[in-house]
Amino acid sequence: MKEVASWALNVATTRGASYADARIVSQRSRALTTKNGKVGGASDSESVGFSVRVLADGAWGFAASDDASRPSVEATAAQAVEIARASSRVKVHDVRLAPEKAVTAEWTTPHKIDPFTIPVEKNIDLLLRVDSELRGVAGVTLAETNLNFNREEQWFVSSEGSDIHQTKYSTGAGYAAYAFAGSEIQKRSYPTSYGGQWQNKGYELVEELKLVENARRIAEEAVALHHADQCPEGVFDVILDSSQLGLQIHESVGHPIELDRVLGMEANFAGTSFLTIDKLRTLRYGSDLVNVVADARQEHGPGLGTFGFDDEGVPAQCTPIITKGLFTGYLSSRETAHTIGEKRSGGTMRAEGWNRLPMIRMTNVSLLPGEKPLSLEQLIASTDHAILMQTNRSWSIDDKRYNFQFGCEIGWEIKNGKRARMVKNPSYSGITTEFWNALDAICSRDEWTLWGTPNCGKGQPQQVMGTGHGASPSRFRGVKVGSAFKS
Amino acid sequence: MLTNDRAADIFDRIRKSSSADEVEVLFSGGKFALTRFANNTIHQNVAEENYAVSVRTAFGGRTARASTNKFDDESLRRVVAASEELAKVQHPDPDLLPMPDAREAAGSGDQNLTGEAPVATSASHSTPALPPRHFVETAAITPELRAAGVKKIVVVAQKHELNAAGIFSSGESIDGIFNSRGLARWHTQTSADISITMLGEDSSGWQKANSPNVANLDPLALAEIAAKKALDSARPQQIPAGKYTVILEPSAVLDIVGFMFWDYAGMAILDQRSFLNGRVGIQLFGQNVTIWDDVAHPLQTGSPFDGEGMRRKRLALVENGVVKRLVYARATAARMKRSECKDPVGPVEATGHGFALPNEMGELPQNIVFAAAQNPQTVAQMIASTERGVLVTRLWYIREVEPFEKMLTGMTRDGTFYVENGRVRHGVRNFRFNESLIHMLANVEATSVPVRASGEESFDMVVPAMKVREFNFTEVTKF
Repeated sequence: MKEVASWALNVATTRGASYADARIVSQRSRALTTKNGKVGGASDSESVGFSVRVLADGAWGFAASDDASRPSVEATAAQAVEIARASSRVKVHDVRLAPEKAVTAEWTTPHKIDPFTIPVEKNIDLLLRVDSELRGVAGVTLAETNLNFNREEQWFVSSEGSDIHQTKYSTGAGYAAYAFAGSEIQKRSYPTSYGGQWQNKGYELVEELKLVENARRIAEEAVALHHADQCPEGVFDVILDSSQLGLQIHESVGHPIELDRVLGMEANFAGTSFLTIDKLRTLRYGSDLVNVVADARQEHGPGLGTFGFDDEGVPAQCTPIITKGLFTGYLSSRETAHTIGEKRSGGTMRAEGWNRLPMIRMTNVSLLPGEKPLSLEQLIASTDHAILMQTNRSWSIDDKRYNFQFGCEIGWEIKNGKRARMVKNPSYSGITTEFWNALDAICSRDEWTLWGTPNCGKGQPQQVMGTGHGASPSRFRGVKVGSAFKS
Repeated sequence: MLTNDRAADIFDRIRKSSSADEVEVLFSGGKFALTRFANNTIHQNVAEENYAVSVRTAFGGRTARASTNKFDDESLRRVVAASEELAKVQHPDPDLLPMPDAREAAGSGDQNLTGEAPVATSASHSTPALPPRHFVETAAITPELRAAGVKKIVVVAQKHELNAAGIFSSGESIDGIFNSRGLARWHTQTSADISITMLGEDSSGWQKANSPNVANLDPLALAEIAAKKALDSARPQQIPAGKYTVILEPSAVLDIVGFMFWDYAGMAILDQRSFLNGRVGIQLFGQNVTIWDDVAHPLQTGSPFDGEGMRRKRLALVENGVVKRLVYARATAARMKRSECKDPVGPVEATGHGFALPNEMGELPQNIVFAAAQNPQTVAQMIASTERGVLVTRLWYIREVEPFEKMLTGMTRDGTFYVENGRVRHGVRNFRFNESLIHMLANVEATSVPVRASGEESFDMVVPAMKVREFNFTEVTKF
């Protein structure tokens, strides 16, 4: 692989690139699904290729190919330089890269069981046992389950001397039960919706999730929702479970802190951000209890945003994003770091694969747990009147990340410290900073989960990336509830 | 580019190395390049070439798929072995059909389902008459040509003291399918896209267009329209949320209606996850809504065959507000014919809209064409006839809130205007909507001539602008 990289870098620098890097990537994935007692999908895929990213005449060029023969590699590197020269015809300033020390390194996702060593029969048997539990509950009309395994091996070599070999594993598992009756479709998912839980782990994640053990409860809740009252509309205190709060963090903290968005680079597609640079260290983002970090280091946990080095060769770091409620940091890159006065990239550049350009992506953007011991049950017990919402069902936020609306699969009205009744179709909405300033309680570490969002879309051509979000259940005062259903 | 001949050779190598009862091979990929700009600067500029081969093997009711982008003998042997290993460990699926042969794929698609003798089909029937979708000039676009196009856009931005962001992309792609029953289909096409956002101090405007033929795209004209929207919506005023008459430009219509077409899958009905369960054949939308799926329409793109190689049929999905047809993959049609749902759902037959097997979703109509109204109106005419309303350029971050009433939420974006007494008065702060798609399509007051529209929330389609009454805006954001 080093030979491929050296062919690319030699041609790029010979043709005038002031900087060049090459990534050679081999990806393997397996996806297994069942639907109503049968295998729905069973597929394996592999994709191998390389890309060359260059700076020439102060502008970027990037080219990629699936053909790693020497003529193809050299032609692709030359193409990247040609593209950079074309870029330089429409520019205002030359690109400036923050310095980064060259490094030679190896890194592999810590894992106990390589998921690809588990027999497929065992995978399918597990999914069908879950399916059987789900459909064993009268009223369930559709049961879906999934298992996903990914392995990505990457060699990163740069003209500055970096040489990094990195292998990442991720695993995803989950299921959903649907109940259709009358004029209503209700759904419950486990451990959360849209494919369940995802982490940078091996097969051990599947064993930890207790998939079969929770299936009957989930199915029963899907059916019970048909007999539940509609979630009331008005202003209420709200308690969010940790998976819903993870998505709330993703949408209303993770995206607005992407410095490329802030600088307008995503204006045509993903949008911009309300977090203009003047707000750094001046904006009161949330209440004093709110502490958020962007942490790609292994010690944060096995999140989908955990790695050894980003795709610019910058080591994984922890950046304080919100500190006791104050906005303190962005997600940055070598190109953007100088715009916020930083001398070094925050190390957040990642590409979906060998044929995509690295861009600023969330790492593990997590709300730190409360310091005082507080379980979810204790939080409920200390609440007079609120709506507890669990498991995301819909999510939407404007293109500057102010106004959001989330729907959840199930809600519970809390009265006098107890779950008084189940409610269906719960939803809430608000303005980002008002919402985070309304947080008045966070459960402690033993309720904290590092959730995986495997499907974050950004960029043109669009790239899908996995991100991590740690959260424990939290309470927010005076939130608008139910306006989605207000006629 | 990967050629049909080379693909046929690869298929032969794969077939010979497989012990499966049946083998199907899909080919996809091509060359693609995209020049991206923001702050009046090209800041990303990429090109790639990649081809993938996807092998499905079948053993007596068991099937699975494996894919690779490596075509050497060892990689092909490995991908066949992976597909076979996945297939062999499964339980037989009684609903899995034999792969279609060339005659079935070209014709009704039903002979294998009914046991009837195959019907001879003419050669012309095997491939619908598609308008040209591969243009040499588009395939030959260079980074310099894309940069020159971007320069024109940036000059417009600078003239108006705006910042331009967007893309200019071009590509050339192949789709192919071969199976061990003799089916062989191949499709090539080109594409070009321009999308522009013009940003002012407190406003923005947007335009996007695409075509297989780059000659149909005019970066200058798109830039001027986007710039005018940004200038006209400067200093946006806040007006209260509530129910308004809205004039949705074609991209906004595309953004929102795209969320309903998954529900036209026969599989979605069988799964009881479609809002059309129990609603096929009744007056659901206004009489002025008629929707076709038509891959051969002059403004459509895409290949004329589905994931099993079946010919895509032209269907009237909705006629005068009544859902008349659903789409079916072969196996879904067979299941529907045996199901208790079969009577109310209209004609049941394989329609050529299936995804590659195995999959859980079944099928999807992807070549949507709204029929022209008898008396189409221009957007200007819609504005002129509106006493109080909102003109919407595009929508954003749409998600389904409730699946059976098809309640959707989302935001307006990049050019939202208040209309009063027949005139656009000023830009307004963006709204959040919560609206039932069924309700919306029942409240269409006027439509324009349908055009090829492109957005970010759904696939491209041929749709009109629409004037809709009582559209439900529930909140206002801060810009």
